[in-house]
Parts: sequence; structure tokens; C-alpha cells
Amino acid sequence: MTRFRLSLSRAPVDEPVLAQRPFDLLCLTMASVLVVHALHLPWWLTLTLALVLTARWRQRRTGGRNAPFWIKLPLIGLLLAVVISYYGTLFGREPGSAFAVGLLVLKMLESEHRRDARVAIAFACFGLMSALLFDQGLAASFVVALGLVPAVATLRSVEEVDPQSQPLRRQLLPVLITLLAAVPLAAFAFVFVPRLSSPLWGAPTADKSITGLSDRMAPGEMAEVLTDDTPAMRVTFDGTPPMNESRYFRAYTMTNFDGQSWSPDYDGGSRAPGTLEGEARFNYEITLEPTRQRVLPVMDMPVEAPSDARLRGDRTAEADHPVDEVYRYHASATTDYRLDASIDDRQRRQALRLPDGVGPHARELAAGWASQYGNDHLAIARAALTMFHDGGFRYTLAPAPLGRDRIDDFLFQTREGFCEHFSSTFTFLMRAAGVPARVVTGYQGGYWNKLGSYLLVRHADAHAWSEVWLEGRGWVRFDPTGAVRPERVSLGAAAAAAAGNSSEGGLFDMAWLRNARDHWDVVNQWWNQAVNGFDALRQEGMLQPFGIRRAEVGDLAVILAVGCALLVAAALGWAMFQRREGDALDAWMQRLERKLARTGVTRRIGEGPRHFFARAARSLPGQRNALERLSQLYLRSRYAFDEPPPESLSEFRRQVKELKVRRVVK
Amino acid sequence: MPPAGERIVAWAERRLPSLTRMRRREPLPIQLHRRRIYIVPTGFGVGFSLLLAVMLIGALNYANNAALMLTCLLGAATAGSMLVAFRTLNGLSVGGLRAGTARAGELIRVSLDIAASQRERMAIRLDVADREHVVVVIPGAPATIEFALPTDFRGWLSLPRMRLHTRWPLGMFRAWSWLNPDNPVLVYPRPEALGPTPFEPEGDADRGRPRAGDELASLRDYRPGDPRRQIAWKLSARHHGLLVKDLEQPAPKEDWRLDWDSMHGLDDESRISRLARWVDEAKDSGRRWSLRLPDGYFDIAQGDEHYHRCMTALALRP
Repeated sequence: MTRFRLSLSRAPVDEPVLAQRPFDLLCLTMASVLVVHALHLPWWLTLTLALVLTARWRQRRTGGRNAPFWIKLPLIGLLLAVVISYYGTLFGREPGSAFAVGLLVLKMLESEHRRDARVAIAFACFGLMSALLFDQGLAASFVVALGLVPAVATLRSVEEVDPQSQPLRRQLLPVLITLLAAVPLAAFAFVFVPRLSSPLWGAPTADKSITGLSDRMAPGEMAEVLTDDTPAMRVTFDGTPPMNESRYFRAYTMTNFDGQSWSPDYDGGSRAPGTLEGEARFNYEITLEPTRQRVLPVMDMPVEAPSDARLRGDRTAEADHPVDEVYRYHASATTDYRLDASIDDRQRRQALRLPDGVGPHARELAAGWASQYGNDHLAIARAALTMFHDGGFRYTLAPAPLGRDRIDDFLFQTREGFCEHFSSTFTFLMRAAGVPARVVTGYQGGYWNKLGSYLLVRHADAHAWSEVWLEGRGWVRFDPTGAVRPERVSLGAAAAAAAGNSSEGGLFDMAWLRNARDHWDVVNQWWNQAVNGFDALRQEGMLQPFGIRRAEVGDLAVILAVGCALLVAAALGWAMFQRREGDALDAWMQRLERKLARTGVTRRIGEGPRHFFARAARSLPGQRNALERLSQLYLRSRYAFDEPPPESLSEFRRQVKELKVRRVVK
Repeated sequence: MPPAGERIVAWAERRLPSLTRMRRREPLPIQLHRRRIYIVPTGFGVGFSLLLAVMLIGALNYANNAALMLTCLLGAATAGSMLVAFRTLNGLSVGGLRAGTARAGELIRVSLDIAASQRERMAIRLDVADREHVVVVIPGAPATIEFALPTDFRGWLSLPRMRLHTRWPLGMFRAWSWLNPDNPVLVYPRPEALGPTPFEPEGDADRGRPRAGDELASLRDYRPGDPRRQIAWKLSARHHGLLVKDLEQPAPKEDWRLDWDSMHGLDDESRISRLARWVDEAKDSGRRWSLRLPDGYFDIAQGDEHYHRCMTALALRP
């Protein structure tokens, strides 16, 4: 039975109205744009836009048409007003994307024709991409890529003759195949597109600070960070990793205390790094999630500065630029060291300075230790640790709020808190007792991922401890939190929190969940390293195995052009390839026809084989016998059987090959 | 178009005859292959490429590799769609020309078959006679496109140049091929609007004599020998004598013997259009007719086949 599709005729001048299916797909695309942006849009804006989209979808289903301009114009004005009043500006990453997503949804109000749908899809692609500026993790990227499916499907559906005739599944599946087929070329281009070593214009600035370490520390303010389970960095070690007790990563040292909060000594930070005696024992590589800060956490105690960074006077590392993207660096550390065997007067004064009027009771306590132990600073520090251990202090992430005098309130009233409280108070006590001391913040512990053999450090692993300068030994680390809750140091933040708050830790401890998290984190780590961390530097070194030490932009462009051309040529070969019609006998018959055509005997359209052979034999008398044999053989093979038998097929092939024709000159 | 543009087009037509509409006439069926399929981006394709370029620069500037990957993916899919567009046309065969009948001045209905041996071809478009026709071609089941062409003159009407094109799959590229089939369709001559009936057949002796029939023709006075049942008794009662109903049978339609040479003082075209009108009338009134032309004779007959033979001969008169 033959199937006919009636031709649908239309005058080319007026654009046809979109059919139902393309419009549905268009709505689906807009919905996916809305979904990928939902995380950073205010929830009420997302909800309103979703309602507008749904209303428009339903309205058009029931036969409605374009919204009149007196609805559209106020809506656009309203969107503008809402965005500006909420964000305070229209420019910047967040207000810009909110406005763009809003405009895209409002564009649906006037999407009636094919042209509108195409324009909307093009900008929806842009909208999908802009969502990656907020989060380029594996999950987010995958969701965004999934958003391409309805977008491409809309473009296809707009072209289709009768889009309604096929189920939605049959329209989405080919799109998926199209996108998968594009992956090789895309991956190749991705690897070889020359990266910019410096941005052409300003990189997006964070409108909202991301959780993480800050360069100020006030007891109780870190709680938000300590409950944040997202990864802060991942560390791989060459060789054996250090024990849990040694996994201290320093980010800031804080010398200045104003009674409320601690902050680094920025003047002193520019000093040359202090002298360090000790040998590098651990070589490691850190993949740091974006922090929007310049500081690079390094393991205690860094022997030398990571690449593209410098060590400050307090042996914390600082990068040239804020870390806005996933950043990888190598460093080495030693656990057996002597830092700053001697310090000058200015440093000593700074490490002893206390604000006036703060912690009078604490000062009395410290004065007692000072008179008891005299110049034995180590004994004073031990006495303080003993006090934290035995003085009824409690580790909790939800401590009672502190009053005006944070030090005295904590020491003599609440006696509960976490690392910030302990290190802050410990440092205060040391200084009050005449021992130079400072607060260090960073990360401690981490979770060892056996599957990927790396250390996963979460924001929850943020920690604060103290360093005390002892005569002859330099700066020595003291962790008063460990005195209160040893698990915090030996097992990590999760264990410490679990003991304090059993419900959360219990969930985390479930074996299958931990296993799943391991796997998920390994994949994320891979994505971060292989995709997000593939920067200009790594691109340059990419061609080293091929003898190109440093790939220049020109080299990359040439490789990109040549490679793309080769891939396209391969695809072109596929596109041009046409299966020859018919079976093997036909193929050999065609070859024979080509052979004979060289002598001037061309088979006419519609000419039967018998007639053709006879005509050929007439014009090539020298080959008459061979042609007659061929004719018999062909007719028998073709018409005596359903399928040409293999033996006569091979005989025919042999004879075709043997037939010698000479080109006739006419 | 500015002169420079015209020059470029003229140059293109000289250099690439099959790119533009200059393609020489060729017999159906026409097989589309790579040497006659051309492809350029549509306006939307150009716009989308610009957008991709902006996305690329943005992704590079923000060193956002996920966005770069997305852009590359879209770009690669776009490039792939170009090949798909080519494949949609490649291997199509256009043939199966059928035409209806039309007299000069009327629209003639023409249909073409588009067939593919492999792959379903979506959204094949044919531009002909200022209209665009869209079909889906399924392998083994040729799709038929019907269109109407205006006619001006009798005789062979060559099909106009047609553009077979597609924007499948994403509307970013348009692949096209010009078709200029060598197969003309026949247009019958235009019959004249008004004119005399054909000359009377020769040697018809009893022409005009009424024959007895059932139809009342007139009343007349009774003459001896008239059959009784023809007497109009009721009317005679009111009359002084007997009246007889004179009944008559319609004469059977005469066969028309149409002859080119019987028309004097007319030029060829007028003769053709007059003969065409007569043939039309003869067919419509169910007559039998014969047609003598300087170079042929169609013996007396009737029916569609005879009609088409006569009209074809008339249409093809030099």
C-alpha cells in the first residue's frame, strides 16, 4: 500500500501560525530555563514567572492568541521595577539574569509565529548558558545540557510538516541522538579552543558572598560555615597522606583583636615569610572550589609557595587573583618544623597586644598563671589547655549567645562553644599571661575518600586554632578545641558534631549513603579537574607528549581548524555515503554497464537487459560470444530464482572481470 | 539590486550554472546528488551563529568551561544539522509527471512525484508558481505534489524552473537544488468565444423534412387519409372543421464533418480556435464528428479518446 501525504500549500509571504506541538515544546524550553535559574532567583519571582508561563500555555491551548500590548508593556515595566527594587541595579550577574529570564517568559506572550519561536529559542540557549555562570558543577551542567533537548526539539518541530502527528517521545529522541552525535566535535573544539590567559573584561563579581572562611573571626559567627556540607577543596597526596591529627590547612593568621573579632595583620602580612627549618615531607595537590578570595589554604607548615602565589610573613599563601573558578595548585608541607626562631620587637608587641577593658577576669586568671610559672611559657599554655579540658567546657555548634564581654562571658558564664570560642579565648589568655600568641583559621581534618584516594575537605571542616611563640621553638600550634573534644581533631568535624548532635551525624554515618557520597564526590572531582580546571595553563602543557613544550594560541588554532576539518570531512563522508540499491548481482551488472559505457554502449533508461546485451553485442562484434554468455547468465540468475544462487553470481562476477573492452574512438 | 550585486549574480550564474536557476533542461526523472545540491545558512542560522560567537567569547572571558562546553555542543549540533539538511535532499528522485487537460488561458493541474529509496525525508519543500509545497517523503512511497500552472498558448508548455529545498532539521541551513525538467505538458487551443455552427453535411437529401414523432409541431386542416388518432378532437369541436395534430420527431443529431479547408478567409489560428470550439460543442452535445486537418484525418467517432486525439492534433498545429 502506498501512503500519500497531501501537500500542504501555503503562500510564502505570510508566516504560518505556530502549531500546538512546537508551542508546547517552546513552553517546555522556557520552563527548563526557569528551573536552571530557580536556585538564585528570589522564590517569588520564579513562582510568578512559572504562573505566567502556565497561564499563557493554557490560554493558547484554548485557542487564545497574542496578548495585547496593554498587557505586555506594563508587565515588562513591572519586571524592570521589581528587579531594580530587589537588587538595586539592573547590571550584574544576578539582576541581569533575573531580568533576562523574566523577559524570556514574557516573550512567550507574543510568540505566535515561527519567527518568534526561533528567536525565543536562540535567547533561551543564551539563558541556559548564563545559568552556568552561577554554578558549573557536574549536576548543574548536566541539568543545563538537558535543557538543550526541548530547545532543539522546538526548532525541529517548527520545521516539521505535521508536528502533531507524532508522539512527543519521537520528537525528543532524535534530538538526544543529534546532541550525542555532536559530542565528539564539541569535545574536540572544547579542548582546542584557545583559552584567554586574561579576561577581556571584568569577571563577574560575587553579589552574595559564598560561605567559607572569612578574613575576620568573631566567636560564634562561623556557625553557618560549620554546618555547610559542600566541598571546600580536595587534596591528593603524593605518597601516604598525613594522619588526621596533622591535617591542618592554614588560611589566615589573625593578630589583631578589637574585643569583638580577630583580623589579620595586613601590614605584617607583606613581610617576607619567616624563616622555616624543616624538610618537606608531604607533596600534595589541592583543587580549591571558588572562594572569591585570594588566600589559598595550605597544609601546615608550607615549605614553599604554591605556583602563582606567594607566602606572606605568617606563612599563609596568597594568589595573584581572587579564586573565582576552580583552582588547582601544588604545594609541599612539613609537620616537623621550627618557624620564626626569633621575632623582632614589633612582632612581639603585636602578638601581645590586647584591647583595653576587655576580659578583666580573664586577665586576672592569666596573671595568676604568669606569676605561678614565670617565664615557662609552655607550662602556661599547658595550664590553659588543662583548664579547657577539665573546666566543664562543652563543644557545641549551637552555643548560648555571648554578652558584651565575649571573653569573660565565655570563660565564666556559658562555657560552651566551638573552635572559634576556644581559640579566641586561649589566645587572649596567652597574651594576657605575656605569651606571644595568634589565632589561625583554616581547615582541619577532612574526609578520606578511599575510592578516589583523596581528602575531601568540606566547609564544615573549617577550624580555628592558636599558635604560641615559644622561645627557641618558634610558633607552636596549640589547639584548645582538641582539649575540649579530642574527636574534633582526631576524627573530624562530622564526628565532633555527631557527638553533640546525634540526629544529623547518624544519617551521615549510614554506610550506603557514605558509599554513594563517595562515588558522587569522585565524579564531581573528576569533572572539576578534567573540565572546569582545564585552563589556559593546562592547555599550554597539553601537547607536551607530542613534543610541543608550550602550545601557543596559533598552534592551538591550527590544530583546532585541522581537527574540525577532519571531523567534518568524516561526517561529510557519512552524509555522502549512499547505499547502492539492489543486491550483488545488480552491483556487478552496474559495473558491467560502466565498462560498456566506456565503449559507447550506454544502457538507455527503461531498456531491458536482453535488448541491452543484444545491442552491445551488435556494436562490439569482437565480444559477441562473451556478451551472449553474460546475457544468458544474467537472465538466468535474475529470473530463474528468487535469489541469485551464489555459484552463478560468482561466475557472472568472473566473466564481468574477464570481459576486455577497448575504448572506441568515435 | 545594486549593479555590483547584479554583477555577482551574473558571474555566479556563469560559473555555477546549477547553483542558480540557469540549470539546463533535463529529462525526468531527476536524481538529486551532491553535485547539484547547494546549501547556505538561513537568516536564522546566521543570527544563531552570531549568538554562539557571543556565547563563546563570554565563556572564554569568564573562563567558564561548562559554558564553553555547552557552546561547543550547540555549535557542533548546528554543524551537524548542515549535513542532515544535505542528506535530506541527497538521493531524492523527482519524476512521475502527470498533467490534467486545460485549454489555453485556463490553469493546468500538474503533479510530480518525489521518491526516496532510503530514509524518511522530512519537510521537503518545492517552490513552484509562487507557492511553496511541503511534503514528507517516505521510502518506497513517493509523495505527490500537485500544483496549477497558468497557460497562455496552445501547444507544449514547459514546466517552469522549480526549486526543491529544505530547512530540515533546525531551520539554520537551507539546502536546495534547481529543477528544470525537459518534460512539457500539453495545452489545448483556446476555443473561439462566438462563431457560426459548422457547415451542413453534404449530400443529406432529407434534411429539413419532418419525420413522424411524438412531439406536437402544429395543427392543420384535415386532409383525407390522415390517421384518426391524429385528429385533435377537442379542439375540432370548437372549430368549423377537423383539425389534425401534425406530429414531428426531432431529427437525429447530424454527424459533423469538420474540415480545415472548408473555412475560407481565416488565418490558421482562427481556424484552430473555431475547430476547437466545434470539437468541444460536438463532444458536449453528444454528436459524432470527424476532423480533417492538412496533415491528418480523424475519422468519424465520438468519446473522450477521440476528443483528446483531435484536440492534441489541433494543439500541435504549427
